[in-house]
Amino acid sequence: MLTAVQPTPGNLTADRLPKGEDLAFDVDKVRADFPILDQTIHGKPLVYFDNAATTQKPMAVIRALSSYYETINANIHRGIHTLAEKATAEYEATRETVRQFIHASLTEEVIFTRGTTEGINLVASTYGRQHVTRGGEVIISTMEHHSNIVPWQMLCEEKGATLRVMPIDENGDIVFEEYEKLLSEKTQFVAVVHVSNSLGTINPVKRIIAKAHEYGVKVLVDGAQAAAHLDVDVRDLDADFYVFSSHKLYGPTGIGILYGKKALLEAMPPYQGGGEMIKEVSFEKTTYNELPYKFEAGTPNIADTIALKTAIEYVTRLGKARVARHENELLRHATEALTEIPGLRIVGTAREKISVASFVIEGIHPQDIGIILDTQGVAVRTGHHCTQPLMKRFGLPGTTRASFAMYNTKEEINRLVTGLHKVLKMLS
Amino acid sequence: MTINEAQDQIVDEFALFDDWSDKYEYIIDLGKKLPPLDDRHKKEENKIKGCQSTVWLHAEPKDDHLLFEADSEAVIVKGLASLLIRVLSDHSPEEIARANLSFIDRIGMGQHLAQTRSNGLASMVKQMKLYALAYQAKMSKP
Repeated sequence: MLTAVQPTPGNLTADRLPKGEDLAFDVDKVRADFPILDQTIHGKPLVYFDNAATTQKPMAVIRALSSYYETINANIHRGIHTLAEKATAEYEATRETVRQFIHASLTEEVIFTRGTTEGINLVASTYGRQHVTRGGEVIISTMEHHSNIVPWQMLCEEKGATLRVMPIDENGDIVFEEYEKLLSEKTQFVAVVHVSNSLGTINPVKRIIAKAHEYGVKVLVDGAQAAAHLDVDVRDLDADFYVFSSHKLYGPTGIGILYGKKALLEAMPPYQGGGEMIKEVSFEKTTYNELPYKFEAGTPNIADTIALKTAIEYVTRLGKARVARHENELLRHATEALTEIPGLRIVGTAREKISVASFVIEGIHPQDIGIILDTQGVAVRTGHHCTQPLMKRFGLPGTTRASFAMYNTKEEINRLVTGLHKVLKMLS
Repeated sequence: MTINEAQDQIVDEFALFDDWSDKYEYIIDLGKKLPPLDDRHKKEENKIKGCQSTVWLHAEPKDDHLLFEADSEAVIVKGLASLLIRVLSDHSPEEIARANLSFIDRIGMGQHLAQTRSNGLASMVKQMKLYALAYQAKMSKP
């Protein structure tokens, strides 16, 4: 939660910690939990700054995965034997952990998906198909990831509806007044990203949701980039749907969460047919299972779901506020250090940001920057970050993005800066 | 010089470099030296798909040989294109289509770059071979 220049209070600053809580954050101790970090790339210690794409996994998560297969692997929910019962209990325990993590009211409001993308597609294909009609409008923002554009575009095409887009300003903030103007009696759905993967902008989703609700319009929040950095409270936000992925939250790939308000989920048709999601099947008629199983057809991703619980516990134990404070310091340091580099411009200077530093260097293509940094052992992301309309808005082919996580250090940022000086030397 | 002789020459040149920084320094140098592609050839059908940066590849027949020219907004890709041109340009379509581009692996680039779709090296090779096959087909017509 920083502007590019000066820190501003965000929703997870030190003053939100309970009184007397220790703010000390031992990054060396945290790093020791992530075995992958201890390696060299091209002879140099790895600096991993591609955390917005996926975070690394702590040993506890890796152990939870192998331990599941070593001790309790069984298909869940209908087995009568002990292993099946144990696996089911662990699997369902994750659902409860997630519920607490996002402050949802009910465990059955937590649906397991393959990831954020599937969550969005699920809502577009079920709630969307039911409620978006010819002549209607769906509102998204300029800074959406392609996965929160394309499903709505496909839906609008199918239904003869129109996709409307909230504009953003030069800093990368949504122009709220323009969003208000887009809302009308034609609006049938709003889908918006909580935190931009390309810019780091934290969007005022609570206000966006409240405004949409004035029109009786439901809102989906893409929380892929938010879950690891912000304290997500779906009830406080009053989000109708909230989606995110485990793998950006120090958990395994292939498992994600769709939160939905119970009344909405109950009224929605199933997404996929198959085992698990049914109550009774005959060739004449099938009745569907209750929540959350109605949306979980087939044998789920049991091992990864169970390990997600470990990931959430890991983050929770460290304390999100403490982690956020550390990450904010990293962002502040990076913003200052990067600004010193000749010709470098930070893209995304929103009022509130998570620890993402996206930048361009005059006259040098991001791809060249990425390749040279890799030879220095520094892993960054270059390109359009699956947000082509956003890049178009800024008139850029792409950016170089360094995104920081709990295990990153100021020394690593200094390595990035040294690497960029090398880039300048080689390429300009 | 045959395609394989050109490849061997490149492998010898790269053997002089100790690390990846030096290799890239050389590739960047090649990229900077590659003559820019004429604007009229920077058209949609000459764009190579699957690259993180825009790459244009233009092919033109000269006698019974095929000449390649390329350009990119990214210098390293341009340098890689320069190497491919050095190996494949000004050969017959048959030779180009048949060529086994072992130098990519031999200079370590295969492992380093060709795996990811973002760098465009594999796409460039594919496109050059497609051009060769297309000209082969065209010329074999009565």
